[in-house]
Amino acid sequence: MTHLTEDAIKRHVRIYISVFAALAFLTIVTVAISYLHLPVLKAVTIALIIATIKGALVALFFMHLSAEKAIIYSVLLLTVVFFLALLILPAVTALGV
Amino acid sequence: MSEALIRFISKPHPVTGVTNSKLGVWCFLASEVMLFGGLFSAYIFLRTGVSDWPQGWTLLNVPLATLNTMVLIISSVTMVMAWASLAMKNLSKYRVFMGLTILLGVTFLVVKSFEYGHKFEHHHFPSTSNFYAIYFTLTGLHGIHVLVGVLVNLYFLLPGSALWKKDPDQLMGRVEAAGLYWHFVDLVWIFLFPTLYLL
Repeated sequence: MTHLTEDAIKRHVRIYISVFAALAFLTIVTVAISYLHLPVLKAVTIALIIATIKGALVALFFMHLSAEKAIIYSVLLLTVVFFLALLILPAVTALGV
Repeated sequence: MSEALIRFISKPHPVTGVTNSKLGVWCFLASEVMLFGGLFSAYIFLRTGVSDWPQGWTLLNVPLATLNTMVLIISSVTMVMAWASLAMKNLSKYRVFMGLTILLGVTFLVVKSFEYGHKFEHHHFPSTSNFYAIYFTLTGLHGIHVLVGVLVNLYFLLPGSALWKKDPDQLMGRVEAAGLYWHFVDLVWIFLFPTLYLL
């Protein structure tokens, strides 16, 4: 990402502004839904889906993961596998499976 | 001597296609994912282990946390704009956006300190309950990360920016690396906010 043309950078800036608008909108949606006081399972599912979309927007565009080199994706793939193991293990234990 | 020791910090490594500094920061962020992942895991354990886990919005200040969420999101935009300004060879614009990022980071910490102060006034400490224990641990660790980010950004705003004259590519790479860290801190908050405050 070090050698970009001026047009490419301007395009990037337009994307950053659009991502910001999407993140702000999704934050408002998250808070608004929380005021509906939905059942816990439904509330957790919706909140996590929205948070995942927001997280993906930050990672893809602000962290430039939409156009990154294979070595970075390899590091992240390994991280995702261990992160999911960390989250799933206690959930499985709690369910007594 | 030091330049000979650390290679490919301003130009991409021919094998990986990225600078060593960028690869290093991503490996560091991978370890950070595991650090916060372990604590999120502890949260799931604590929450699923009891039938009467309190809902965050009954105990915590949602409007203040929403404000802080917006502050961090805006700071992510100003951070990426600081990097874009360097890419457009505009150092003064870079300084403005980096300064704004620092200001927003400090704002986040000030708002958080008000929240903490309010909790302490009502004698709510980490030892009060499992909820407050995990709340203070997660938000405290995140707050330390914000503080570190502010200090790193301050360095790149003041003495660190002198590198612009000597090696602009290296400064851009450094600011991009600092940005990756800053966006990661924002990303963690994006998950912390609904988990602790809204559910």
